[in-house]
Amino acid sequence: MRYLPLTPSDRDAMLATIGVASIDELFVDVPEAARLSGPIAGLPDHASEIAVERHMTALARKNIAAGDGPFFLGCGAYRHHVPASVDHLIQRGEYLTAYTPYQPEIAQGTLQMLFEFQTQVARLLGTDVANASMYDGSTACWEAIGMARRITRRGKAILSSGLHPHYVSVARTMAKYTGDVLETGTPELVPDTDYHALAEAIDADTSCVVVQYPDILGRIGDLKPLAEACHAKKALLIVVVTEPVALGALKSPGEMDADIVVGEGQSLGVGLQFGGPYVGLFGCKEKYVRQMPGRLCGETVDADGRRGFVLTLSTREQHIRREKATSNICTNSGLCALAFSIHMTLLGEKGLRDLARVNHGAAAAAAERLQMVPGVTLVNTSFFNEFTLELSQEARPVVRQLAENGILAGVSLGRLYPGEGSLANGLVVAVTETTTAGDVDALAGALEEVLK
Amino acid sequence: MSRYFTEDHEWIDVDGDIGTVGISEYAQSQLGDIVFVDVPEDGKELTKGDEAAVVESVKAASDVYAPASGTVLEGNPALSDTPELVNEDPEGDGWFFKITLSDPSELEELMDESAYATFVSKL
Amino acid sequence: MTINQSGWRPTMTEKGGESAASTFTGNKALMLEEALIFEIGSTETTGVDFTGTPAESDAAMPAKAYLAGLEREAPIGLPGLSEPEAVRHYTRLSRQNYAIDLGLFPLGSCTMKHNPRLNEKMARLPGFADVHPLQPVDTVQGALEVIHQLAHWLVTLTGMHSVAMSPKAGAHGELCGILAIKAALAARGEDRRVILVPESAHGTNPATAAFAGFAVEDIPATADGRVDTAALKARLGPDVAGVMITNPNTCGLFERDLKEISDAVHAAGGYVYCDGANFNAIVGRVRPGDLGVDAMHINLHKTFSTPHGGGGPGSGPVVLSEALTPYAPLPFVEQRDGRFELVEEETAGEHHAASFGRMVAFHGQMGMFTRALTYILSHGADGLRQVAEDAVLNANYVLRSLEDVLDAPFGGAGPCMHEALFSDANLAEGFSTLDVAKGLIDEGYHPMTVYFPLVVHGAMLVEPTETESKAALDQFVGALRSVAERAKAGDPALKTAPHFAPRSRLDETQAARKPVLVWKDAEPALAAE
Repeated sequence: MRYLPLTPSDRDAMLATIGVASIDELFVDVPEAARLSGPIAGLPDHASEIAVERHMTALARKNIAAGDGPFFLGCGAYRHHVPASVDHLIQRGEYLTAYTPYQPEIAQGTLQMLFEFQTQVARLLGTDVANASMYDGSTACWEAIGMARRITRRGKAILSSGLHPHYVSVARTMAKYTGDVLETGTPELVPDTDYHALAEAIDADTSCVVVQYPDILGRIGDLKPLAEACHAKKALLIVVVTEPVALGALKSPGEMDADIVVGEGQSLGVGLQFGGPYVGLFGCKEKYVRQMPGRLCGETVDADGRRGFVLTLSTREQHIRREKATSNICTNSGLCALAFSIHMTLLGEKGLRDLARVNHGAAAAAAERLQMVPGVTLVNTSFFNEFTLELSQEARPVVRQLAENGILAGVSLGRLYPGEGSLANGLVVAVTETTTAGDVDALAGALEEVLK
Repeated sequence: MSRYFTEDHEWIDVDGDIGTVGISEYAQSQLGDIVFVDVPEDGKELTKGDEAAVVESVKAASDVYAPASGTVLEGNPALSDTPELVNEDPEGDGWFFKITLSDPSELEELMDESAYATFVSKL
Repeated sequence: MTINQSGWRPTMTEKGGESAASTFTGNKALMLEEALIFEIGSTETTGVDFTGTPAESDAAMPAKAYLAGLEREAPIGLPGLSEPEAVRHYTRLSRQNYAIDLGLFPLGSCTMKHNPRLNEKMARLPGFADVHPLQPVDTVQGALEVIHQLAHWLVTLTGMHSVAMSPKAGAHGELCGILAIKAALAARGEDRRVILVPESAHGTNPATAAFAGFAVEDIPATADGRVDTAALKARLGPDVAGVMITNPNTCGLFERDLKEISDAVHAAGGYVYCDGANFNAIVGRVRPGDLGVDAMHINLHKTFSTPHGGGGPGSGPVVLSEALTPYAPLPFVEQRDGRFELVEEETAGEHHAASFGRMVAFHGQMGMFTRALTYILSHGADGLRQVAEDAVLNANYVLRSLEDVLDAPFGGAGPCMHEALFSDANLAEGFSTLDVAKGLIDEGYHPMTVYFPLVVHGAMLVEPTETESKAALDQFVGALRSVAERAKAGDPALKTAPHFAPRSRLDETQAARKPVLVWKDAEPALAAE
């Protein structure tokens, strides 16, 4: 076995040092009935690199990759070009094979990177502080709702109908156990967000209002009046950003006085990966920092007065607080946070703004092109790089049919909201810097063909 | 004014029906460097034994219990910026909160200074 | 002629010069200081060009912008670096980290084993890495098959009934198991409120149970480091929802009575959650299903070698007994007529009506599944069994090689499993486990897990893993012996260790009292008068 260094003679020598005759004697505490006498039947034995590579490659080939043809999916995961140096750097063993930086003297690389990441995220989201990352956007969203409950000591969260339905599902699952009451709704194929109605619904029991920006249909709304409405009733405004590139073009939620801003960071550095691992972004106002979940890195000095970084405020966390912790979260998404941070550093403010401009420009051109197709209506009057089309027929079969022709046309709302007849004709289309005008033409042509 | 101690190492000074609560010199020495103190809000009703405040060192968080029942008058505002007061002067400037006692007879169950000193010496 | 037949080796010819006390840069040869990106970058610099990108022809803002009048105008403050600067920045930072690739990483309970690079290569195949989670299922049959194959291995290796693949990490998996237990109780119309957790448990156990609304009650440990079975049984009753037991436990010992405990818990109407953090010690030799376990998470980043990445991402699939299977979360993969289906909210009613719901957007940590499956296929059933055997052998070798110098509180009771536990009992007055840990840093090692489990004073938990050679273990044993002897002799230099690391001991008190969590640019200098 290529990953096991011990030789048979090593094993014999070590058994002798230990003072036992066989390896079985080290497993004496296992009750006899539970001891397996040999390898588990029905499973193959070890295999060479070549054999494993062949097996995995064959499986990979059964998928259509986003890069194989025109591709327009978004809805919480976006295809962006990741510079080659990002993947090279995150594969350095000192990052890839390091542990959580619990011994700061020999983990300054990870710690300084996390401090830089926290600052980048806070500046992007417009918040005072940000943590060292969460599992992903959906779990960060739920953690934010729990945090609002702890801060306001109220138990009702109002969720926008424009919040990603998977994020709503996660919150619904968790709320069953914590007793939080969630008010939710289904979006309508109209140009405006539901922010106005949300503002009306806030009452004295409301802990928070949760909105997505841009929302699941790609629409953008001004958060400022909603923040004011929340604060007038002493509720918090939580804003969810699933496409961080949008904040290269759009005012940050923090600038509009959101209290907690969470996001999915996958767009930068991470890649699609069929849904994970991703990286949850989590920022908030400074006054709420002690109610934050997850790891935090902070600046300090060492015994010789040199600047250094440590994990801090860890009394919030499970390994100290146990059943009183702010969350049971034990890890972050370290390597994905590193990928995000490197990509962001390569972009810098200039690059991020350029990237956002290219995305928005390409999306605007695509929206204008696609709405010329007979049977296609553009729902949005506002969007960043993702918008919703209403087709003249159910979108889901259309998506499947186009996939057979090698065009991944977008996310049908029937997939996200099964059984919601009013949304069945909706198709959410995302356009990024990786999308060519030719791709858009191919989609337009194929839609024209199917919708005839 | 008289001072009482609990077995959980809180002290309470009583002046009329107002009590001032903190943690003992022994408690701060066990906790090490205090980095954060969460004091109760004004007006909070506490029953004797309730978790009233939280005191944190770098690697530990400990609850501080109400030595007697009553209504919180105020938390020590100085602790939010200078939690190290608890290390420097635990039984003085490092007090946690003041409380209006609802049942001063509860104090009779607590230890006085010398009883507490004996209690600590046996730990 | 033969070169250097005598084996002569160069030595210093005369007494060396004084070493330089400090350098201009603060660097010490290959030990390089590195500033923050906020100090070296600028918002005008970028390492990414957009000229010639596919969408570049549209790069100008469109004639009509669709941004609802919310264009971001104020500066964001994100510094950029050109590619050479960025590569250098992150490379220099990386060299301040310890890593498995540099040496033995004996962090008990964390299973820091070698991360095979084939895993990385496979995870990066475009058919896995560049696939969107919401693509039509016909276009992702290979991805679903990976999940299905990995699930089959996990279920078979554990002797369980099914597996929930979506949890994002071990603690998330614990939550999954506890929620399944809660759902199963609800389906029975029972409202049991108490979860029993041994004192030695990981902190995530009580945190998870409390999150799900359970009251947590501690179960004491016996003098030999195991769960007090009698105390546990005595506490069972109609209010107990279940127990959370780690096996092998956090003292590195096998819970001999787990089957007996499971039977008692089941007889009392409860469920058994097993924390599978230490599955590496028994994979291929013991199936938790044979011990009556109802749910157990598997940290793919421990037993199945997916990288720890400096703190995640993890992955925590949860294997389930037949009793808990109906309550497993959405989504999951089903094979029907040779085709792989994704059971989500839409089809759950038909196939999985009792599910407690969704825990996460999308389908879990696919990138970790490909790595774990690659690792599993590389080892096969025979190799995985050898993994457990070598992990246990290595740990016992460390235990027996050091028990004369360090106190091993359970060493006399028999063998350990995958990790060796020591205490601070023998150290000189004023010397602690922390000093031993920091001393090990100077010897070129990452310290073992310290002060965990809580049931042993000054605990030092050493988990060498199976991917260490005997020579590597011998060197580590020598190093730890040396440090332990210094701690027993009261060597004052140990109190200020590490001396040779990029940083000496850091002031964690100051960091917590006045948290500085983000970089603040210096205030612009006041104009000279």
